[in-house]
Formats: sequence, C-alpha cells, structure tokens
Amino acid sequence: MTALQILVDGFAISALYGVGAVGFTLIFGVSGVLNLSHGALMVVAAVVAWYTAASFNAGPFGGAALGIIAGLIYALATFVLIVRPIQRSRAIQNEEKEIFVLTGTLLWGLMTQQAISYLFTNNPRTVLPLVEGVVDVIGVRTPVNEIITALISWAVIGLLYIFVQRTRTGKVLLAASMNARGVTLLGFELSRIYLVTWAIYGLLAGLAGVLLGAFLGVSSDSIGQLTASAFSIVVLGGLGSVSGSLIAAYVVGYIETITAYTVAPSVRTLPVLALLVLVVYMRPQGLLGRR
Amino acid sequence: MRWLKPGIAIAVLVVLYLLPFGVSGYILGLLTVAYYYGVAAMAWDLLFGFAGEVNFGPSFLVGLGAYTAALLNHYEGAPVWLCLIAGGAMAVVGGAVLAIPALRLRGPYFGLVTLVAVLMMQNLLVLFAGFTGGEIGLDIPSILTISDRWNYWYALLFMTISGGLMFGLSQSSVGLILQASGQDATQAAALGFNVAKHKLAAFCVSALFSGLAGAMLVFYLATVSVGTVVDLAIGVQFIIAAVLGGRRTIIGGAIGSIFLIGAAEILRPIGQLSTFVVSAVALIVILFFPGGFLGVALRGRERA
Repeated sequence: MTALQILVDGFAISALYGVGAVGFTLIFGVSGVLNLSHGALMVVAAVVAWYTAASFNAGPFGGAALGIIAGLIYALATFVLIVRPIQRSRAIQNEEKEIFVLTGTLLWGLMTQQAISYLFTNNPRTVLPLVEGVVDVIGVRTPVNEIITALISWAVIGLLYIFVQRTRTGKVLLAASMNARGVTLLGFELSRIYLVTWAIYGLLAGLAGVLLGAFLGVSSDSIGQLTASAFSIVVLGGLGSVSGSLIAAYVVGYIETITAYTVAPSVRTLPVLALLVLVVYMRPQGLLGRR
Repeated sequence: MRWLKPGIAIAVLVVLYLLPFGVSGYILGLLTVAYYYGVAAMAWDLLFGFAGEVNFGPSFLVGLGAYTAALLNHYEGAPVWLCLIAGGAMAVVGGAVLAIPALRLRGPYFGLVTLVAVLMMQNLLVLFAGFTGGEIGLDIPSILTISDRWNYWYALLFMTISGGLMFGLSQSSVGLILQASGQDATQAAALGFNVAKHKLAAFCVSALFSGLAGAMLVFYLATVSVGTVVDLAIGVQFIIAAVLGGRRTIIGGAIGSIFLIGAAEILRPIGQLSTFVVSAVALIVILFFPGGFLGVALRGRERA
C-alpha cells in the first residue's frame, strides 16, 4: 500500500521539481548564472497565490495566475537588479564574477526570506487547490489536484520543448547556450536573449512554486531547502542539460518521497545530499552533462 | 608613508586592548563574539581571496571545531585546553576532506560540495538530537572564565594572533604562490610550484583557525546549538563579513564582522527586519564597492 502511495505521490512531486529545475538549468545553460535565490522565487509565487486567493477573492485560478506573474516579475528583478549589474561591472574581475553572482543572489534570497517572514510570518501556507476532490489511482486515494499538478507540469515541459525546437526565438536560445559569441556574430542581441531566458525561467519557477504551495505548502523557512533541491537536481542531471535535469528530478523526487514515508519527513533531503556528494566526486559533469 | 599602515594597525589594537577599562560589560560581550566571528571570516578570506576556492560552508569547519569541543566536554568532562586542541584538530581533518574535491573540481562544483557539507551536518545534528542537543543546544559545563574583561581579552588575543599569522602567511611567498594558483593553476604549476601542496596547506590553516574559533566560542557561550555555529545563515555571515571588509586583505574579515555585529545591535529596535537591512547593505556594497571597506579606503588614498 505504502509502495503504491510513494509511486503516485513521488510522480507528482518529481514532475513539479522538474519544472523548477528546467528553468534553473536553462538560465545556467544560456547565461552561465547559478541563481541561489531560486527557492525564494518559488516561495514568492506561492505566497502571492495564497494571499491573493484568500484576501482579494481572486479564487484559486486567479490566485495561481497572479502567483506566476509574481514569479515572472521577481525573476526579472533578480536579473536586472542583481545579476546584470555584476556581469557588467568593471570593478569586478571576470574570473570573480561567478562568485559575486552566487553571493549576490544568495543575499537577495536571504532578503526575500526576511521580508516574507516579516510580512506573512514563517507559518506554512497552503495554496488553494485548483480542483477539489479525491479519486482512486491504482488503488491509492489521490487528490485530483495532485493529478492536475503532474499533468500541468508535463504539459509545460512539452510546450517548452516545442518552443525551443520549433520557434525562432527558441532556436536562438538553444544556440546561445551552445555558443554565445557565435549567436552575437549572427546579429542577435545577447542582452535581449538573456531577458527572454529569465522571463521564461520566472514563469517556470513561479508555476512550480504555486503548484508546490498547493501540494505540500511552503513557508519562508523552506527557501534554503528548495534552492538546495533545485541545485542538487541540476548538478545530478548535469549543469545545462534539460533532459538530464528531468531524469534527475525523478531520482530526487522519489528518493525524497521514500525517505519521507519510511524514515521521517524532517530528513527528506539527507539521502539526496549524500548521493549528490558521491556524484560530484565520481562524475562531476552529472548524468548527462557536457564539460 | 611606509609606517602609516602598521602604525594605524598598532594604534587600533592598543585602543582595543584598553577598551575594557572604558566600556560596559555588555559591549565587551558583543565584541567578544565579533572577534570569534572575525577569525572565521579571516580564515574564509585566506581560502577565497588567496587560494581562489569558493567555500560556501565556512560554518562546516567552525561547527566541526565547536561540536568536537562541546561533545568532549559535555560527555567526557575533558579539560578546556584539550577540547580546544581536539576541536582544532578535527576541523583540520574536515578541511583536508574538503580539500580533496577542491583539487579535482572547479568553480560551482566545489562551492556545491561545501554547501552540501553544511546542509548534511545540520541535518545529522538535528537527526541525532538526543546526542548532540540539536536545535535546542547542549550545555557546556566548563567555561574559559566568568570575567567579561578576561573573556574579551582572550578573544582579542586569539584574533590578534590568528589574524597576524594568516596576514603574515598571505604576504609571504606562500601567499603569492597561492594567489597565482588561484588565478591560473596551470600556469602556476608550469612555473614549478606544487599547486596541490599549497592549496592543501591553505585548507588546513583555514580549517585550524575556523575550528579553534568555533571551539573558543563554545566555551564563551557555554552552549552549542545548530543555530549558533552551523546554520547556513551563520556561514553566510562570515562570507558577508569578509566581502564587506575587503577581499584579499585578511584583516577585512575582522573589520567586517565587527561592523556586522555592531549593525545588528544598532538595528535591534526594528527586530526581524534587521537581517533584511544588513543583507541589503551587504548587497549594495557588493554591487557598488566590490573592494569592500578596505578597498575603498586604500583606493581613496591612492587617488589623493
């Protein structure tokens, strides 16, 4: 019984992790940025969805939409206020920019965490589910919302795939992740490509945040763990590799779910961290990474 | 002009050593913690500023020292000096373990390993809370001394000695080789320097002082908990202190951490928001004055 429960729950949570991690790996692939305020972005989106749905009668769908928009705005703010000034700074040497971006986004996430816990306290918040009700999936009583979560996640990942493979803008993004200088030589404005990438990232991570908020609930205290989860997933899958991130999302999602059910929910991230250390030692480029 | 910098340093130190005769015990207590944090920040700067290794888990090394000392004292009743030595030694072992991936991995990968090290330590300490005290903390039977003044002097002396040693190391030929291998390891190796040996040494020195700072802090606070020595937020505070004070200066870490503790105290009336304001200030400094306080001061004088 528990095994089936883990199978079903793990599938939904992994799909959701996948959406967030794909965005995370996308900005790394295209602009070389590791965003340590990733967890903050997800929590901002979830908290906005919860707050507007409850206090402004926006309803579950209106709240979710506003939450995703908040994610978009937050991502663009992160890029324009923190990442771009550091990348363009003349006072910082090139080889040090990476660490400055990491430190800068870490501080930005910390500020967000404090602001959320000040405005809304650090109590866990649960976003209204999009659809109420419970159905039976292979003998497990499952909330309809959990199925919707998995469906939406996979639909969005599919849309992203079509966007990258079939549209002109998507192809330029893909090209920029392979060779940024080559793309500029072909006459594309790199700064516009970055902006588009960050916007897509904001939508993806915002969606993941809202879905997570409806599924497990979030609080300002979960920001660090969420960033660590996303970071683990993309490193496990190989930095910059989208398909690797999706596989890794399932590995991480299932390990976490199994741990939460069989050991204790409080240590759900521990085995993943151990696995991560092992992978980094043995195969630093991850499952499908390129060096 | 050659005597200006050492002159200022000595004058500041004399003032700091005489401070207990002029200010209240409360301020001395704040500064005592600031000095221990300062040592951890300086040790971080030795790794990042000179060896070029991004360590996101300085609190891993500090925590190792702190918990080794605390557990020995709590369960075995070991004398303070033995606990301090054991704490420092354990941190060196931890530093060597961290150094192994650092020699193989670059940039974000190594940063990730250090981040994971802290998160794992935090999780394990909470999981075995029955033994370690977890988030509530473990009480420590021994303390260094009950006198505010002597606690302050111990901390200041510890900071002066470790700061002096690390600063000396950074200015020596070893420091130059470290800096070279941090910036371009291949070229440094081509010039005949043993990059691995120097980096390993930097890790061990940095770990030793971090661990000692953690162990001393335990005997000052008379308690040890995840929130005071291991939490990621504590580690971030060391990093912020070192970057605020000025990277590649060693001493910047001490200045930054005194500033941070002071700022937190001044901002105490606004409560929860104080961390927000401190992070914002640190962010602004990083964006506009990446050289930190010392960077601004030194550059200002060059222009004049």
